[in-house]
Amino acid sequence: MSTELVLLAVLMAAVTYPSRALPLLAPGIERLPPRALLYLRLVGPAVLASIAAVQTLVVPTSETSWAIHLDVTAVGVVVCLALVAWKRNLLLGLAAGVALVALLRFAGIG
Amino acid sequence: MTAPAAAPLDLRAARRRLLLDTAGIAVSAIGFGFVFGLAARNAGYSPIEACAMSVIGFAGAAQFAAVGYVSAGLPWAPIVVLTLFLNARHLLYSASLAPRLRGVPFLHRAAMAHVLTDEAFALAATHFHRLGRVDIPGYWIGAILGVFIPWNVATLAGVLLGGAIPDPSVFGLDIVFPAAMAGLAVGFMTGRREVVAAGSGAVFGVLLSLVMGPAMGIVAGGLLGPLVGMAMPDGGRHVVPESDLSGLPVDLDEAIAELDELDDLDDLPAEGTR
Repeated sequence: MSTELVLLAVLMAAVTYPSRALPLLAPGIERLPPRALLYLRLVGPAVLASIAAVQTLVVPTSETSWAIHLDVTAVGVVVCLALVAWKRNLLLGLAAGVALVALLRFAGIG
Repeated sequence: MTAPAAAPLDLRAARRRLLLDTAGIAVSAIGFGFVFGLAARNAGYSPIEACAMSVIGFAGAAQFAAVGYVSAGLPWAPIVVLTLFLNARHLLYSASLAPRLRGVPFLHRAAMAHVLTDEAFALAATHFHRLGRVDIPGYWIGAILGVFIPWNVATLAGVLLGGAIPDPSVFGLDIVFPAAMAGLAVGFMTGRREVVAAGSGAVFGVLLSLVMGPAMGIVAGGLLGPLVGMAMPDGGRHVVPESDLSGLPVDLDEAIAELDELDDLDDLPAEGTR
């Protein structure tokens, strides 16, 4: 069984761990100015929305080019988004989004 | 009921809510982890390699990107650099949690850092806010039960059992990750600035992905979106609705923005609890 990529996993961890650990471990970083705190407060929604939008809408057209593509994935994500905003229940939103996409695909749509 | 008797009940109530949230996040982690296992299997990863990615790397979307690049024969150096950029946002999560964890022993914080993901951050920040103070077991509940264990078990299941599911997209499982990210983003939208930051982040992310690729686009959206949000006047804040939540961050406004004013975490007033 191949283990070559275990080293890649270690390298990925080596560049990921510092970003997770440095502020937690470095003394003196606790006291951030209000503007920095405001920025940090807004990073969460911005990053998550960016990931969701890119994962939903952007597809590769070649190794070095990408394009916007709309399909049933976007429908499922929007349904999930709407349900979460309405019912405040992520589990419900995920279940509905996945079920809808599965049904649409079963029906030959998308 | 006296105040001293009420305090433990607050902790139990907050942990019950945390467990509900954790269950929702765990479902997402299971779905996404399983899909990652399938993708890794299709890319030629062995079970050990796929599990090493999830246990040691534990880098979410970067793991997916690595699958694509490995299968395309890309050298490791660009994959590592991509991972660095893609996970740079954790620096900001870590910084926002740091003031609340300054009393935790160094080695304990070092261990906590390894499992600090988007979801773990959201669960911990929401839980601390509900409780009005730090709850270290609560952090571990969210990070380990909600993300780490489901992610890794599902990865193993995906890479081992993937052959039985020819095409996971038929069951809609491929939308679990973007849908979960979108749903989590909704939980952070407690005011006008958050909404603008999220919208801007999405727009920047998509547009810049078309130019720079998805990995850089996601990071750029996450870094530029907050700048647009900061330019907006504050307002329109709404906090936790009365309905039950499961798997959804509630209101991070005060939990994060007021950290700088806190001198003693134990003296925090309990807020955001029911």
